[in-house]
Formats: sequence, C-alpha cells, structure tokens
Amino acid sequence: MRWHRLKAIVRKEVIQIRRDLRSLLLIVAMPLLLMLAFGYGVSFDIKHIPVFVYDREGSQQSQDLLKHFQASEYFNVVESVASYSALVQALDAGWCRVAIVIPSDFSEQLKTGGPVGVQALLDATDNNTANVSIGYSEAVIQTYNRKVQLEWLQRHGQSTRQPAVSVDARTWFNENLESTANIVPGVIAIVMAVIGSFLTSLTIAREWERGTMEQLMSTPVTPLEVMVGKLVPYFVIGLFDTALCAGIGIWWFHVPFRGQWSVFVFSSILFLMVVLSLGYFISVVTKSQLAASQTALIATFLPAFLLSGFIYPIDQMPAVIQLITRFIPARYFMTISRDVFLKGTPIALLRDELLALGLFAAVLTLLATRAFHKKLS
Amino acid sequence: MSNEVPSISVRDLVKRFGDFVAVDRISFEARPGEVIGFLGPNGAGKSTAIRMLCGLLRPTEGQALVAGIDVAREPEQVRQRIGYMSQKFSLYNDLRVIENIQFFAALYRIPASQLRERVSWVLEMAGLTGRESALTGTLPTGWKQRLALGCAVLHRPSILFLDEPTSGVDPVSRRQFWELIHQMAAEGVTVLVSTHYMDEAEYCHRLILMFHGRIVASGSPLELKQREMSGDVVLVECDDLGLALDLLQKNPSVKDAAVFGNALHLMVSEVAADLAPLRTYLSTGGVLVTKIEPISPTLEDVFVSLTANQGQSGKE
Repeated sequence: MRWHRLKAIVRKEVIQIRRDLRSLLLIVAMPLLLMLAFGYGVSFDIKHIPVFVYDREGSQQSQDLLKHFQASEYFNVVESVASYSALVQALDAGWCRVAIVIPSDFSEQLKTGGPVGVQALLDATDNNTANVSIGYSEAVIQTYNRKVQLEWLQRHGQSTRQPAVSVDARTWFNENLESTANIVPGVIAIVMAVIGSFLTSLTIAREWERGTMEQLMSTPVTPLEVMVGKLVPYFVIGLFDTALCAGIGIWWFHVPFRGQWSVFVFSSILFLMVVLSLGYFISVVTKSQLAASQTALIATFLPAFLLSGFIYPIDQMPAVIQLITRFIPARYFMTISRDVFLKGTPIALLRDELLALGLFAAVLTLLATRAFHKKLS
Repeated sequence: MSNEVPSISVRDLVKRFGDFVAVDRISFEARPGEVIGFLGPNGAGKSTAIRMLCGLLRPTEGQALVAGIDVAREPEQVRQRIGYMSQKFSLYNDLRVIENIQFFAALYRIPASQLRERVSWVLEMAGLTGRESALTGTLPTGWKQRLALGCAVLHRPSILFLDEPTSGVDPVSRRQFWELIHQMAAEGVTVLVSTHYMDEAEYCHRLILMFHGRIVASGSPLELKQREMSGDVVLVECDDLGLALDLLQKNPSVKDAAVFGNALHLMVSEVAADLAPLRTYLSTGGVLVTKIEPISPTLEDVFVSLTANQGQSGKE
C-alpha cells in the first residue's frame, strides 16, 4: 500500500461526495429523519386508550367504578352510551378500543357480596393494545375491589389490614418506562447500517457503470488501495452520523447515557467496519448501482430493523429465528448500544457482543479485499 | 533495428470465455515508435486482445511480453510503463479537468519537480488551457478524448494502448488526435490503436486485421493493398446501382461486388480482359453505365475481400 496513491483515492472520493447532492442529503437528512420519525412517531407506550361505557345501572357505585377508569392515565372514557347496540357501533367504527358494560344489578350484587361481572369488549385487531388493555382494566378493577373490601371491613368493625403480598416494582435503566429510551439507541444502529452499506455499495458499482474502473485498473493502483481509499471517507461520515444521532438522542430526546464513551466509540468503529465492508463487497459483486443499493438495503436495513431486537425482542422469537439473529451483526451492536446508553454496562460484560462484532468485521473485511481483483471478467 | 527489444511481443495468445473463443492464437511484435492499427469489425477480438496486453484480462493460453515483462505474471510492473485508454470515456465526469489530471498524476506518482510541466503539457495538448476548472462532464467529446489521452500519457509511458479512441469524435478532432499519436510515436512511444475507421487505418505504420478472433492479415497499408487483393478493383458508376449489383453478382468474371458510396467496386481477376465485356453486359441488362475504370484498391476493399474469404472458409 502506497501512501500517495491512497491519498489520491481518498481525495478524489471526497470531492465526488461533496459534489453529489444525493449523497450529501442522505448523509445529513437521513439520520435526522430516522431519529425524529422513530423518536416521535414510533411509540410503544400505550396510554389514553379510548373507552365507551354502557352503564345499565347508573348508580353511585357504578359511577364510582367508572371514575377509577377515568382517573387512570391509561384510559380515556370518551362517552357513555345508553344501549348495547350503540356500544357495538362505537367498536365497529373504531371510536373506542374498549367498551365496558356495567350490569343493571351492579350495586345490588356488591351489597350481597357476590362476585360481580363487569363486561369488557375489546377491539383486538391490534392484539398488543388489546392485551395491554386487559391488563390495565384488571389493574383498575383490582384497585376498586380493594377499596370496596376496605369499606366493607370498616363498616363491620374489623381492623383494616393491607393485602398480604404486594408488588413493589422498581423500573431500572428506563425509570419512566419510556419507549424513546429504548428506541433511540437502536435507531443509531439502523442509521449506521443504512449509511454504511448503502452509500458504500454505490461507490464501486458507480465506477464499474461509468467505465472509470477500467481506467483505474490500468494504473499501478492496488485493489487494497482502492478499497481503503474509498472506505475512509465513508468511515468518517459514518462516525459523524453516529455522533449526530447520539447527540440528538441525548440532548433532544433526553435519553440517558450512562456508559463509557470509549466503549460506545469502539463498538461503533467495529460495527462501521462490518457495514462498510459488507457494502463494499456487495458493490464489487453486483457491479451495478441499482442492484448494489437494493441488495445493501435488504442485507443490512431489513435485518437491522426486524431481526436485531430493535422492535421485536429476540427472546420472544421462535427458536429458528433466534438462531438466525445470531448471524445479524446489527443484533450485537443493538445490544451494546442500548446497554451502554441505559445501563452503563462496563466493557467486560459486553465481551461476547464485542467479540462477535470483531469476528464479523474481520471476516467481512477479508471477504471484501478478496472479492476485488483487478481483472475484468 | 533487428537487435532492438520489441516493445510488444505476443506469442500464440488465446482468450476463451466459456466455449467462445474471443482471441484465437494471435502472434505479433511491435517495435518502439511504431503505430500499429488493430482493424476489424465489432466482436473481432480487438478489445479483448488489448485488455490482455494491459493486464486487465488473464490470457487463457500463450504469452504476452510488454516492455519485455510478462503481463500475466507481473501486471503491476507493466502498468507503470503503459498508458491505456478504453473504448468508453473513463475519466471522472464529476471532477474538474485539473482534478482529473492531478488524480492520475498522483496514481502514477509524477515527481513534484515535473508535475507542473506535465500538467500544463496535458492542458495544452488537449486544448484546455484556461478551462482547468471546468467540470469534465461538460466538455465536448473530442476534448474529453484528448484529455483522456493526456491523462493516459501523463507518466510518459513507453507503450500506449488506445481502444477505439476516436469513436464518436468529429473529423477535425479525429485529425488532431492522430497528429498527437504521431507526435508521440516520433518520440519513440509504441502505439497500439484499434479502430474501425478505414481512413484512420491509413495513418498507421502497420495494420493487423482481425476477424473472428484471428489475425487474417498484417502489414503496412500499402503492402496489404498490393498483396492481399486477389485481383484488380474496378469502379462502376451507373444510373441504377441495385440492378447493376444484381446483374454483376450473377456474372462469373466478377469475384465480388459491393456498393461504395454512390458507385460500385468490383473485383475482377484481370482488368484488361474484363472491362469491355462488362460494359456491354451491363448495357444489355438495361443499366446506363456512366463510368467504368480500374482503380487502386482502398483498405476497405482489402478488408471486404479478406473477410469475405474468411467467411467462406468459415462455412466449409
């Protein structure tokens, strides 16, 4: 590897990136867009679920129960209707997710101490929201039950006593249970995967398409010089975008950063090497910009999105899919990024992930250097 | 001259792509300062041969020595000594003129002491002095090609490979381009240039005619015209070219007939014996002949004649 040739390639590549509006837009706009879209748009927090009620009794007790629903931040009692069919209509039309029916003998039953059934109808098209709604409903009812029991005991002169067992839940790492805290460190991995492999996949393919590669190959430049020279600018861009995303996450979305910067930077460098080599390898093999960019997206963006644990937790996946995720480099970086941001995990506990990333980086870099021979075929 | 080391020495060079034989056992040599023209239709194997000589393609069989170095073994050694211009324009359109020159200068490591002089030489040669900061993509084709040539010879290579450098270039620019080639040849550079323009072939010191991957003839333009024609060429001008062509192709004394512009070129075994009977033959067929006379063959005649022979032998 000769320094003067390497420098020439880097310089040329930087000029070309600077003059290419599409690349510049992608470099600056894409991280911003993804951060904002995921930071604001994608929220897995389920709150203010719209509720319709059909209170068949209309007693003080039934209203008291409904107040419990209204008081909870998870529910928003939109309307009280006067018939069962109106309730069905509201569910059909999507005006509410949950419909609650209070029986006409609600207070009567309560007095006799028998169990009272309150019906909840749920729109389960979104099964996740429905599931969560059931849980929240049960919690609301539970609180109400306790209150009723307490009152009953007091009325009968019994000493009041707290329930035997209660859960004292402390949420660690993401104290307020905000999904942005979980998402933002993940978006960094997505941005790196796209910028790193998409942009680089175009660079070699473009030279093949425009015929400049043939000219380049007729000069004394070596394949390694071409590769390193072309990747250095994108490496710097990748680091810039990583910093940009981390900055937005920390200062705009107030995601805590509890770990060590050195661990984060080191793992970012490894992950960048992985995606850059992958993009380079793809572009050497496909030799066309269109095929290269599409392959790069499918090979990096999709797995980083679906199989890295970004949205779907890996330990909830079927065993076969879990096995597949082991071959997705983004999975390891996703774990590291989240752990370093939220948990402040020390480097020793991330050893396996870092080793996996290092292995991927080594194999893919080797693959990329091997793929590009200075021969036409 | 005989004890000079040849710039290019090719021995039984073969390139196969699967079952397809692109270059079929070609051999030739080139001396320093020689301008060699590779002639042949598209697909004759010219580009493939040139790419092997530049070390861009690995030969299937045979040997190619460029500047005395085996290209297949030490392509990197060869590359510092050669200049190459591919068929497709291959400088960076999104780089300025000066940036393209500086890029290739850096790749070839032109010493700083010579850099200024070489850069202004290329600019002057390409007629681009004062337009250094123009984006290369905005230049007319002829200027682009001269700039490409400039970048290919920045490092003063002793051997230059040009693969159809003038395709799509206007006649005036083509002329200027060839003047440059001859200037360099005069300085001792060996130039191997492929073309399918017959008028350009006349500018070459020596021609190598390729057809279906094989060398079918080689020699100076004059030698080829004298040696390779198996008869004499007759020019016919008449009122109805189509009818005349039909008639002549049926006449046994005419070996070959083809349209050349607004006239016909015939190949006959002997002008003296055939001219008068032919005129009568055409007249009785209903063609008004305005001119019939022997002419010296053009390279195109030679080429048509040679490829026609090859086509027939290929069928056998």
